[in-house]
Amino acid sequence: MSEVSAQLQARTLSPRQLVWLRFKRHRLAMASGYFLLFIYTVAAFCEFVSPYGTAWRNVQAINAPPMRVRFVDAQGQFHLRPFVYGYDMQVDDETWVREYTENSQKRYPIYFVARGESYQLWNLFAAERHLFTTGEQGYIHLFGTDQLGRDLFSRVLYGARVSLSIGILGVLLTLFLGVLLGGLAGYVGGLLDRAVQRAIEVLQSLPALPLWMALSAALPVSWSSLGVYFGITIILSLLGWPALARQVRGKFLSLREEDFVVSARMLGASKMRVIFKHMLPSFNSHLIATATLAVPGMILGETALSFLGIGLRPPVVSWGVLMQQAQNYQAIVLTPWLLIPGLFVVLTVMAFNLLGDGVRDAVDPYSTGGQS
Amino acid sequence: MKTYIAKRLLGAIPTLIFISMIVFVVIQLPPGDIVTSPLDRMQSQGVELSSEAIQNLRAQYNLDQPLPLQYLSWITNFVTGDMGYSYLFNRPVNELVGERIGYTLLITLSALLFTWAVAIPAGVYSAVRQYSLGDYALTTVMLVGLATPSFLLALIVMYFGYEWFGISIGGLFSPEYRDAPWSLARAGDFLSHLWIPMVVVGLGGTASTMRILRANLLDELNKPYVITARAKGVKPLKLLVKYPLRIAINPFISTIGFLLPTLISGEAIVSIVLNLPTTGPALVQALINQDMYLAGSFLMLLTILTIVGMLISDLLLAWADPRIRYE
Amino acid sequence: MSELKSQDAIESDNILQVRNLAVEFHTETGRTKALQGVSFDVPRGQVTAIIGESGSGKSVTASAIMRLIQPPGRVTAGSIDFAPSGSEPYDVLALVDKDSRLEQLRGDHISMVFQEPMTALAPVYTVGNQVAEAILCHREVSKKVAWDEAANMLQRVGIDDLQRRMQQYPFEFSGGMRQRVVIAMALVCQPDLLICDEPTTALDVTIQAEILTLIRQLKGELNNSVLFITHDIGVVAQLADHVVVMQGGRVLEAGTVRQVLKQPMHPYSKGLMAAIPGLAPKGQRLATVASVVGATDITTAYPLTRLADGRQISLSPSQLKAFGHE
Repeated sequence: MSEVSAQLQARTLSPRQLVWLRFKRHRLAMASGYFLLFIYTVAAFCEFVSPYGTAWRNVQAINAPPMRVRFVDAQGQFHLRPFVYGYDMQVDDETWVREYTENSQKRYPIYFVARGESYQLWNLFAAERHLFTTGEQGYIHLFGTDQLGRDLFSRVLYGARVSLSIGILGVLLTLFLGVLLGGLAGYVGGLLDRAVQRAIEVLQSLPALPLWMALSAALPVSWSSLGVYFGITIILSLLGWPALARQVRGKFLSLREEDFVVSARMLGASKMRVIFKHMLPSFNSHLIATATLAVPGMILGETALSFLGIGLRPPVVSWGVLMQQAQNYQAIVLTPWLLIPGLFVVLTVMAFNLLGDGVRDAVDPYSTGGQS
Repeated sequence: MKTYIAKRLLGAIPTLIFISMIVFVVIQLPPGDIVTSPLDRMQSQGVELSSEAIQNLRAQYNLDQPLPLQYLSWITNFVTGDMGYSYLFNRPVNELVGERIGYTLLITLSALLFTWAVAIPAGVYSAVRQYSLGDYALTTVMLVGLATPSFLLALIVMYFGYEWFGISIGGLFSPEYRDAPWSLARAGDFLSHLWIPMVVVGLGGTASTMRILRANLLDELNKPYVITARAKGVKPLKLLVKYPLRIAINPFISTIGFLLPTLISGEAIVSIVLNLPTTGPALVQALINQDMYLAGSFLMLLTILTIVGMLISDLLLAWADPRIRYE
Repeated sequence: MSELKSQDAIESDNILQVRNLAVEFHTETGRTKALQGVSFDVPRGQVTAIIGESGSGKSVTASAIMRLIQPPGRVTAGSIDFAPSGSEPYDVLALVDKDSRLEQLRGDHISMVFQEPMTALAPVYTVGNQVAEAILCHREVSKKVAWDEAANMLQRVGIDDLQRRMQQYPFEFSGGMRQRVVIAMALVCQPDLLICDEPTTALDVTIQAEILTLIRQLKGELNNSVLFITHDIGVVAQLADHVVVMQGGRVLEAGTVRQVLKQPMHPYSKGLMAAIPGLAPKGQRLATVASVVGATDITTAYPLTRLADGRQISLSPSQLKAFGHE
């Protein structure tokens, strides 16, 4: 009996509720969703969360390794307020490499939501409270510092803002181009369809990275950081839209013959009305899934270009720009913590992939993700 | 079959023409042109050229002509095998390409083979033993692999190569063989260096390839024709290979098409990180320095490489799947 | 008048004896019992039909006989005794996966014709290849010999222009032609038992008749036993000697065609017979199974009882008394 009532209940759920129910069953996708929500929130408030600005330099700690947050001091005494130990630095006689050791004499307690370096939140509000800081005395470098003594933890958070927003912005642009061109091609057909199809074919056969490289090398050096940022976003979407357009086109082709579309047309609905009121809603959930799965490509693209030095350029901070410091061999061996931004890239991309898979399974339980 | 091949071959020509136009436009985009950059350099060295001399120089490169004509002369020369002159390396582009494209091809193809050697068994295992511990383990590894940029992987390999083996990984030859003529020893040295870029580049495509094969095979495993064959008494291993795997491999063959652009992209960036004498690093140099002939030729050749790869994958697919052949 | 037990030794005039077969499927929502306590006989050299609505467990029974039940399905109880000609009888369910008899069972001793001729053939191999493969799986012969035998069998199922047709791919054949190919593939090793799992359901009506005629004709020539699964009583009347009525994963009644069709005893069988168009007087509304069965309890499982006239039936002792049986 309970089975029957459950079935009846299932019947009264809206499609959206059903999708949500199916999505909730994907634990990994849910977890990825929460992770992304978290990291995007942090990126949005990176001025507050990070203890320092991107340009702040600690000349006492150049190429210093990550610090450990402690509760128990060298004497074995427990402190409720967590603290870090400052560095002692020696220069190796032979290799001239700086070596750091913890000095238990320099104990820097961590204060939460306390005053530190002043900053402008979103370039709008002046503030000086940080999520955590050691205050006036001492310093804290959770991920270590780079060769200029800049705090890597803070820079990773600032970089998150740029890298993550490029992912979203790029996908929105891709989505716009893909839906517009794919939709028109699929709906109008004829010459336009053939032209778009040919363009898709050509663009998909191009190796993305060399072309991205060529295009971003073409961005004038004189452009402002913001200009370069949008330029890179556009370049990334330029090669991203064909995959989406192809999907949209195929969907439109099959939907065009569906009865509900035909009857809408017969009732005299305008072309735009048919496309946007009748056809798009019937597969916008697919679009969301595809868009989610397209974000990683954008993030990886930005990272790769910036890493090569032809994408975003300092003083802009992005994960790719940060990875650039780890480009040479010496840097990796001596300061492996400079690879930490890469870890964030991997985690974010993985989360987007899992989330996208979950969404796709939820909106289309019969697809297995294969392509035919 | 012959008409199909002819059709596909002819179909590739407009694509190539279209692509050559894109490439030409792209390399024209940066401000300045092939003459301005060397001129700037000469001027910074104190050499002054008369405007007449500059005009001559520009005429020599057809820069005084409208763009379509420039394109025509560029593409005609390209097709007839003259790719122009690289002022950056002060050598004909043909020589540079000859030196480097072979290594690119070698690394890309070996990476392709590596991708299959790993992805096919892994994908088959994952599908046949769906939801087993091994399936979960493989899927997890591939998930991480899918999310790791190839340059990060190259960096990590470099790090561990130093930490564990104390060796510096990079280049395609040990210093003593770098400029030596080809010999058996040099070839051996080359092979011992080749595997690192092969693995690093290849892993980039492995994850997606395995996912596709796994999904396709899962789709096929319970198709009626598989049950028919089992009811016929075909032995389990032969059954798997001859029926579902054989058919799941069809869409798989068509993945060569998307795999090649991925691998060539990966090869470019990995070569830069590992400092390999392939097209990648030279392309970046050429792009940054506005060395138009060099950049254009490399871009064109890399694209032709992908197009040819896709053509081959299409033909393979037609050979493997009668339904396409008879279309 | 005795219950059918799994310990029964196989009777010499039966080629197959199914006893107390139970199959379960594990799904997300829990266990589903696809078959429970299924018992019936397949007499040698005759046509036995299993009839029932969709979901009654007909096809699962066929799969179980061929050992084709795949996870999430599982055989949980019962025995399937099989007596191939010229070798010792054995229990199909007791064979381990590596037993050579299992290989022999599939395709050599028992073979199967499936419902969907459109998908039962692999799309990438030629028709000749797929038929010849059946021979190569079971006989130590050269490819040439296998090919010739395949050609011979294809000719017998009515495919002409063999030179060309055998080199063609399944998608170049029509549905009826494909089903002929599937039948040729099933018969090419001259099996003792041919299982036809709704072989005509997916075909056009005219083609259906042709295929049925073909099966009957070949049965006459090859003299094998046939287990015919269908939901069409007309087909049963035309083709079968014995009939097994299944519903909800259980056998409700089994006997000769004459017994079951003329004098159905189980309420469900009665309902089935009443629902045949043509038997009811003209101008009258055709009965449905439910309208005939009414409030009768057909869902409770009673053990099969063998009656004096040889038929088996699943009824409560009190219902049996009403028919005058002890």
